[in-house]
Amino acid sequence: MSTRRVLATTRRVLRQLRHDPRTIALMLVVPCVLMTLLRFLYDGQPLVFDHIGPMLLALFPFTVMFVVTSVAMLRERTSGTLERLLTTPVAKADLLAGYALAFGLVALVQVALVTTLSLGLLGLQIQGSVALLALVAVVDALLGTALGLFLSAFANSEFQAVQFLPAFVLPQLLLCGLLAPRDQMATALRYLSDVMPMSYAVDGATRAAGSAGVSGALLVDLVVVCACVPVALGLGAATLRRRTP
Amino acid sequence: MTGQFSACRIQRMLNCIEVEHLRVVRGGRPVLPDLSCAVAAGTVTGLLGPSGSGKTTLIRAIVGVQQVVSGRVSVLGEPAGSAALRTQVGYVTQAPSVYSDLTVRENLAYLAVILAASPESVSEVISTVALTDQADAQVSRLSGGQKARVSLAAALIGGPRLLVLDEPTVGLDPVLREELWSLFHRLAAQGATLLVSSHVMEEADRCQRLLLLREGRLLADATPDELRERTGADDLDQAFLRLIQSGEAA
Ligand SMILES: Nc1ncnc2c1ncn2[C@@H]1O[C@H](COP(=O)(O)OP(=O)(O)O)[C@@H](O)[C@H]1O
Ligand SMILES: [Mg+2]
Repeated sequence: MSTRRVLATTRRVLRQLRHDPRTIALMLVVPCVLMTLLRFLYDGQPLVFDHIGPMLLALFPFTVMFVVTSVAMLRERTSGTLERLLTTPVAKADLLAGYALAFGLVALVQVALVTTLSLGLLGLQIQGSVALLALVAVVDALLGTALGLFLSAFANSEFQAVQFLPAFVLPQLLLCGLLAPRDQMATALRYLSDVMPMSYAVDGATRAAGSAGVSGALLVDLVVVCACVPVALGLGAATLRRRTP
Repeated sequence: MTGQFSACRIQRMLNCIEVEHLRVVRGGRPVLPDLSCAVAAGTVTGLLGPSGSGKTTLIRAIVGVQQVVSGRVSVLGEPAGSAALRTQVGYVTQAPSVYSDLTVRENLAYLAVILAASPESVSEVISTVALTDQADAQVSRLSGGQKARVSLAAALIGGPRLLVLDEPTVGLDPVLREELWSLFHRLAAQGATLLVSSHVMEEADRCQRLLLLREGRLLADATPDELRERTGADDLDQAFLRLIQSGEAA
């Protein structure tokens, strides 16, 4: 792996995004619009908004980055640019790290925007630290990016890649604690939710918002989410082959 | 004994590409059943054959992105695809493989960093393929021929010793095609080796040597003149047909 090649890849991916202002706008604006919608949905119930808001702060960047990166990587594979690149000195890890860094930076902007909007204009109340909540959200975005890079290897078309959202993200969304508290689920579902990375992402956001300081439980959530990132990137690198049939 | 050994070594140095008993199976079908051939260093060699004859497959094996069943492919004395070759071999894929959402310059600048080539080389290759006026245009807005030249420029970054071009002139107008063939010969004169595939026999005359492929088998390895002499045909299209017929008769 080489820093020069990782940074060159990051710069290239960001340049591609810059030529596509509509995608940037969608990535940054959609979470803000959804959060605003939620705020007015629970207009008379500020406690509900305060409970759900932090979870969604963790979910939006995860979901958006998952979709965008899986499609971006798929394009690289189907357009032949990946085959060309793999005949050059670029390492698979250079490519994946470059992608993760690029979308991680976009996630940083996205999280900053939604968090500022939620805590400012929308009046989201949290007991914990804003910085910690934002950190959890950014780490979740990185997880979404890494899983998107990995799973894109299993799609042969953009249609298939987009289908990974309902197939892979939706089940995690249902079981992550957003719709029903995880400790009240049937045992089998509880176990299932325990092995889903998004559960830790959402738990982390709830804990970061719930109390100031870093509790042991929050630390566990962060460590689990952080550990999943290199694992997913490693699996992603393993699915990239220089020689193909 | 020693004489034979060194003759063998010299041959190896003169050959830029050596393929021995290469067997490639794609989709359960032996696309290249047992192929042996060589490409001499410093030449423009044409890889000709009808569509589906296995040109792209052989090229992919030479640049080291094709899974092979058995056989040996060596490039510049190294096994194909080895790390040492990754700055030495330029590859132009059949469909232009550049980022269509970047400008010409952005595409090439990225590769220049990856290949550790100088930043100046970007402007150099852009002028080599005559795209200076389009340097800051987004690739998606270029014509098919211009896109093909961006793909070629990308392969020229870093001054590779071997250039492998998969049907680089298909679909280009005659003037542009002529310009590209002149460019290929200029590059060979500067010491590069070029392997250029095509399914159009009329391009064969621009090559110093021809490898004729049909259904994954090597039909001939000859100069255009040798081919005419051997078949008694004047035009190479005819020569190719006669070769096929005599092969089937035998
Ligand atoms: N990805 C693939 N999977 C299975 N078969 C393939 C694949 N690509 C090419 N082939 C088959 O291999 C044969 C040779 O293809 P190719 O090397 O692309 O020929 P050419 O470049 O001469 O047109 C064809 O019969 C084609 O159908
Ligand atoms: Mg082909």
